[in-house]
Amino acid sequence: MSDNAVEMRDLVKTFGGGRSLFGRRASEVHAVKGISLDLQRGETLGIVGESGSGKSTLARMLVGLEAPTSGTMQIDGKPWAELAATGSRAFGRTIQYVFQDPVASLNPRKTIGEILDVPLRLLCGYDAGKRASRKKELVDAVQMPLDTLERFPHEFSGGQAQRIAIARALAAEARILVLDEPVSALDVSVQAQVLLLLQQLRDDLGLSYLFISHDLAVVESISDRVAVMYLGEVVEIGPAARLFAAPQHDYTKALIASAPRLTSPDIA
Amino acid sequence: MTDMTLSAPEPRKRRSNWQLLMANRLAAAGLFLFGFIVILAVLAPVLPLPNPDITDQPNRLLPPFADGHLLGTDHLGRDILSRLIWGTQVSLIVGVSATALAAIFGSLIGLVAGYARGATDSVLMRFVDMLMAFPYILLAIAIVAALGPGLLNALYAIAIVNIPFFARNIRGVTVSIRNREFVDAARLSGKSHPAILFTEVLPNVLPVIVITMSTTVGWMILETAGLSFLGLGAQPPTSDLGSMLGQARAQLFTAPHASIIPGIMIFVLVMCINLLGDGIRDVLDPRLRSGALDRPMPITKIDRKTKPAATLEDAPALVVDNLSTGFDDGKAITPAVRDISFRLGKGECLGLIGESGSGKSVTALSLMGLVASPPGVITAGGVYVGGREVLSLREQELIGLRGGRVAYVFQDPLTTLHPLFRVGEQIAEAILVHESVGKSEAHRRAVELMETVGIRDARSRASAYPHELSGGQRQRIGIAMALANDPDIIIADEPTTALDVTVQARILELLQNLRRERGLALLLITHDFGVVAQVCDRVAVMKNGEIVEQGETGAVLRDPQHDYTKRLIACVPELGEGQAFLDRVRPLFVEART
Repeated sequence: MSDNAVEMRDLVKTFGGGRSLFGRRASEVHAVKGISLDLQRGETLGIVGESGSGKSTLARMLVGLEAPTSGTMQIDGKPWAELAATGSRAFGRTIQYVFQDPVASLNPRKTIGEILDVPLRLLCGYDAGKRASRKKELVDAVQMPLDTLERFPHEFSGGQAQRIAIARALAAEARILVLDEPVSALDVSVQAQVLLLLQQLRDDLGLSYLFISHDLAVVESISDRVAVMYLGEVVEIGPAARLFAAPQHDYTKALIASAPRLTSPDIA
Repeated sequence: MTDMTLSAPEPRKRRSNWQLLMANRLAAAGLFLFGFIVILAVLAPVLPLPNPDITDQPNRLLPPFADGHLLGTDHLGRDILSRLIWGTQVSLIVGVSATALAAIFGSLIGLVAGYARGATDSVLMRFVDMLMAFPYILLAIAIVAALGPGLLNALYAIAIVNIPFFARNIRGVTVSIRNREFVDAARLSGKSHPAILFTEVLPNVLPVIVITMSTTVGWMILETAGLSFLGLGAQPPTSDLGSMLGQARAQLFTAPHASIIPGIMIFVLVMCINLLGDGIRDVLDPRLRSGALDRPMPITKIDRKTKPAATLEDAPALVVDNLSTGFDDGKAITPAVRDISFRLGKGECLGLIGESGSGKSVTALSLMGLVASPPGVITAGGVYVGGREVLSLREQELIGLRGGRVAYVFQDPLTTLHPLFRVGEQIAEAILVHESVGKSEAHRRAVELMETVGIRDARSRASAYPHELSGGQRQRIGIAMALANDPDIIIADEPTTALDVTVQARILELLQNLRRERGLALLLITHDFGVVAQVCDRVAVMKNGEIVEQGETGAVLRDPQHDYTKRLIACVPELGEGQAFLDRVRPLFVEART
């Protein structure tokens, strides 16, 4: 059991429903319909799917930003419900989240130093001296210059902001990271650099990643295993190389056929 | 710094808030006048003024400029100048403190309601609605009646009456900020809800609070005056501007100065506060500051040193010749694209590729003079459509070409389609702008176009609203609108970026078919080499506003000449390559790091 960083069993999330003030039944959206997945320690599990497939809902449930309608989750060996009962700090110490839009995930009115200070103070409980040295280490780990700490988010490009967001996720010293489309908003060359950084951090720190993206090639380049989501369900899961070489499910095949390629056999 | 796209942009000199405020003449005048009045009111105790409360019956109702009474005396013989300055002091104190109280409680309600949502939101907002449902002056009178007349009670009444105004404003802003990702991020950093509300959300709401306060102070002073005029505010002998006015009302015909003078004071005070408030709002509102609300000119400003030839012999559908566009910040023109040249033939597809900030969209918009001016300026070069230089045309002729000979397809059709009109009407409108045909004929053609772009059941879908269609269908509508007038050239700016890959594949296929069947010249702007490889005959690679390489797509992809192109192509992960991709790109960035 303890081999798995994350275990999800029959996870369901339904939005809406319930009754309005006048007793009318509100319409329901089934975002996630009975998903069971395991993320092994030190592994990168890729999750691919198109918009509306429920990938982000799944991720937000894992980090406690949404509560599942039914089903259970174990995160780092601890039941989700137990973590939720102890509050957001317990979550933050075990699992962290990197957002798609790095600029929007940094408060525009705070310096990077202030942003990084929060998890170090609240989640790790370090004193001021230790926090200052940790902040320097973190900035260094994501390959940013030291003066980053005194600057404001708008002074950075998308790729740099995503490095900072990764540093914040690392600050909590959680061993599990949920990466929700971390490179989708970035230019290709910056995307490659962020992927390299993520790979290096995983190897150096022994992290486990749940890597969500709509870009098949990106997911394939960093993942050990890949799960394909379609309309709230996992339709196929397998080792990255096998899944893309020999897709079983029709939807996976359609996805792979649609992906634009540099060298496509059918172009004259 | 390792990001290779990071060019060093010159730190743009932004004018400080103070400079911006001073640039607004009316606001500056308001500020100085207000400052003068405030100083007078503050200095009231030390100025050589007679006691405002000493009555002097023999000298009652003296006109202005009387001996020892510059502004005359009132019906009890009190010095009006002295009472005016003291009264102004009272009015200011009450108005400003009422604003502060309303701002504190209103913002608090708004913040909590907007952040908590759900039941808390409903209860708080219904309470606010209840306050709003009463005519405000009636409510204020009722509150004063319950608490008893007096200046302090009038202050409470006015503060309470204005709470809804703040609460509603602040709630709206809070709701939008609450959904931003940095709020979620703060939660994951271990912050509690109150901490997030006051340290993450509040700093972002603060400018709105300040703006709302600055625009309400004047109103509050007016309301205090109103209550005092009715005898519910300041009680004799103290008086504020409103009660001076109220007491002098009886002598309005025999001694008009006694009521006109405080009336003028109220008018001047409220006017200068409102002017100042508007000025502060303009300075603090980032949308106004960026000039986004300035009305752009119908076509981009064109300021070329030399005019290119008016026509071009043997020209293909589109020729762009040494085009340069820049942005004018008032002092200098910062170039955005420089010396862009390319040719595009009938039935051909040229891909314009580059990373963010490379100037691809500015190029696309410059072709038809669509770059917003100010600040855009076309500084050099020419654009030939069918051999005719279009930037030299008269304004109306150029506008006539847009959507006619040259049509655009944009990235997100949800933002380019009007949300309140049916899609069929919008396509028909595109036809009607250029051709005088009947409404029903236009509608028939709109349905035809929808069939052309592959919308099933076009007749009934024509009466759908944009939000009822999926992203792919919306983009098909966008393409149908572009096709409405049988253009020669379609400029598609990232047409598939907002779409899922399976939908993207179908939209690209549609564009390909249209190009073949109708002989369209297609200029495709994208950041995706995969899309270029699939669709384009030729490709131009842009970097920092210049085309660094141009050539046949296959050749450029196989054997890129420019270092930048090589690097860009190398950074694109190929499906099927797997983890080998990261090993392959690692060496590219090693030298940059050390």
